[in-house]
Amino acid sequence: MALRLKELAQKKDLLSGGHRACAGCAGTTVIRQVLLAADVPVVAGCATGCMEVVTTIYPYTAWRIPFIHNAFENVASTISGVEAAYRALRKQGKIDREIKFIAFGGDGGTYDIGIQALSGAMERGHNMLYICYDNEAYMNTGIQRSGATPHGAATSTSPAGKKIPGKREFRKDLTSILAAHDIPYVAQAVPSHWRDLMGKVQKALSIDGPSFINILAPCPRGWRFKENESIEMARLAVETCFWPLFEVERRTWRLTYKPKEKRPITDWIGRQGRFRHLMKEENKHIIEELQANVDYKWEQLLKRCEG
Amino acid sequence: MGKIVALTGNDAAGTAMVQIKPDVVAAFPITPQTELMHKFADAVADGEVDTEFVLVESEHSAMSAAVGAAAAGARVMTATSANGFALMWEIVYIAASNRLPIVMTLVNRALSAPINIHCDHSDSMGGRDAGWIQIHSENSQEVYDNLIQGVKIAENKDVLLPVMVTSDGFILSHTLERMEILDEEDVHRFVGEYKPAHTLLDVDHPVTFGPLDLPDYYFEHKRQQVLAMEEARRVILEVGKEFEKLSGRGYGFLEEYQMEGAERAIVALGSTAGTVKQVVDALRERGERVGLIKLRVFRPFPKEELLEALREVKVVAIFDRSHSFGSFGGPLFTEVRSVLYGSDISVEVLNYIYGLGGRNISLEEIEGVFSDLQGVIERGGVKERINYLGVRE
Ligand SMILES: Cc1ncc(C[n+]2csc(CCOP(=O)(O)OP(=O)(O)O)c2C)c(N)n1
Ligand code: SF4
Ligand SMILES: [Mg+2]
Repeated sequence: MALRLKELAQKKDLLSGGHRACAGCAGTTVIRQVLLAADVPVVAGCATGCMEVVTTIYPYTAWRIPFIHNAFENVASTISGVEAAYRALRKQGKIDREIKFIAFGGDGGTYDIGIQALSGAMERGHNMLYICYDNEAYMNTGIQRSGATPHGAATSTSPAGKKIPGKREFRKDLTSILAAHDIPYVAQAVPSHWRDLMGKVQKALSIDGPSFINILAPCPRGWRFKENESIEMARLAVETCFWPLFEVERRTWRLTYKPKEKRPITDWIGRQGRFRHLMKEENKHIIEELQANVDYKWEQLLKRCEG
Repeated sequence: MGKIVALTGNDAAGTAMVQIKPDVVAAFPITPQTELMHKFADAVADGEVDTEFVLVESEHSAMSAAVGAAAAGARVMTATSANGFALMWEIVYIAASNRLPIVMTLVNRALSAPINIHCDHSDSMGGRDAGWIQIHSENSQEVYDNLIQGVKIAENKDVLLPVMVTSDGFILSHTLERMEILDEEDVHRFVGEYKPAHTLLDVDHPVTFGPLDLPDYYFEHKRQQVLAMEEARRVILEVGKEFEKLSGRGYGFLEEYQMEGAERAIVALGSTAGTVKQVVDALRERGERVGLIKLRVFRPFPKEELLEALREVKVVAIFDRSHSFGSFGGPLFTEVRSVLYGSDISVEVLNYIYGLGGRNISLEEIEGVFSDLQGVIERGGVKERINYLGVRE
């Protein structure tokens, strides 16, 4: 299906309204965009976290497709089982439809506690798309730091204290870790660049085998910005090259969008309360460290994309 | 008709799985469960079964994949031991609470630390409150028979609970025994086809599994699990009777061995029951009024049947192959004593903790327990309520 706004607007949202996400939550936008891109029936799973909690409070569900939540660290193995059941029943002629499988996990459920299950599922080659909606902290439990929280950011467990000004460590490059699994398709996306995001989802779903898309999902509560700025926050992450848009298709790295001009990281962090303490004179070096890290990762990516 | 073979407990369980032909098996190796998996892997490799065999990267993922596959409408089996079961723990509860009829062989092994690969029941007892039906096996034959019945019990629409069938590590899992296996067609006919009402793959009728459930509903859902366990009592007996028609081997909640007129009795689980039988036979030859109650089903706990079996007994020893540190006695002991309290049966109850970490239990030790019980009758009182059998103090 071509990604024309006019046609997409006619399609039924597979995640209904009325769920309990905060105003301005980009996480639910990500899920809607992902599901809107699918042309065949989809079965989805979601790890414990904001997106699961806000969409399924019994006796309600926002999911208009079959959905399973199991636990925090195991959405990849849960969907492995669903997909294995599909193969088994299809082989026996008990199912004759084409069905696709999508696992959603937050950054906590993906970078940290669920990385083993994810790595195992990708290695086993299940026919599934894993989407990490990365809001850069454990939001559901009160904004604690994760392996995806950027250097310097204040969270409940890495507060901007008098002695320690926010998270000391750098975030882990999970997308590269997934690329190193040599699976058929790996990509990074953002909801501001919806056409890019949905195109990647379509590509991933058309591939036989495992695929992974890491999607930045700005969280107004955790990042501390205004509810109407989520999409802008996603865009700025791309324009500052903090969150480059690229894909790795059968080991070939390709930028899918290149900012005309690489903006300084302060254009992005300056808009978020979680980095406010970095603006103090004594913390300026942290911004420099952050910028140096963005520059390094960007250069590394450009080299990979040159081949 | 079936055929007589010599199989280890692991091969017996593996054979049951091959004959049941589950749609999905997800498992991870751990001693002493490994040969069971090897047996099944051979059957997959040779095309004897067309099961989707998901070789996950951990037991946590094994149970997670089992949950996903069962929710998708597949018949699912798995197997593990001790640390593997402990790693699954979180999802063991989730499987039961989502009412998914997964069938698992638990090859009993002591929990670490210290690390030990031999049999005790600390693993299965640790999982006693998880909401699984728990069926214990005395020998390879029972491992096999219990697994086949387990599928039918689990999938009954009034039950829909996962079933754990235990097999004492090494003592059963690695010991060759004479047993009968059924014809594969008979097994198929017996377990029938699994047709769940709601599945993830029924894309035209989307359902949500595992939603957030707050104080306004959670309690009712737990209550339904209680009721399902109650329903399971009836179904376990029905399935046991039906299995008897097929195999000639009948099964209930417990087996009363030489209990006719018994004044002294032992209650035991698993392979130890076989050893106790031998002692009982020898003592009966000498005219002693001793017997054994072999508990087959631990969850749901067979309250009425146990009381009936103990009605005429004067003193009973409860054998626990696991301990609950700091509690008053082992898990089987506390359970038995609790059902006796307030009943019209007066029987002295002693506890013997034995066999931890695979420590062997001898015929002499069991005979010693029966003489302890005689002492209680003669003295008219209990000296030591909780006893440790076969440990160096
Ligand atoms: C085994 C386990 N440990 C901890 C928790 C508590 N917990 C639930 S969700 C969550 C954080 C989720 O973070 P993330 O995956 O980033 O999703 P988000 O809430 O940010 O969307 C935590 C710590 C849990 N449910 N299970
Ligand atoms: S806390 Fe953040 S991620 Fe969670 S629902 Fe609110 S906006 Fe969305
Ligand atoms: Mg998060």
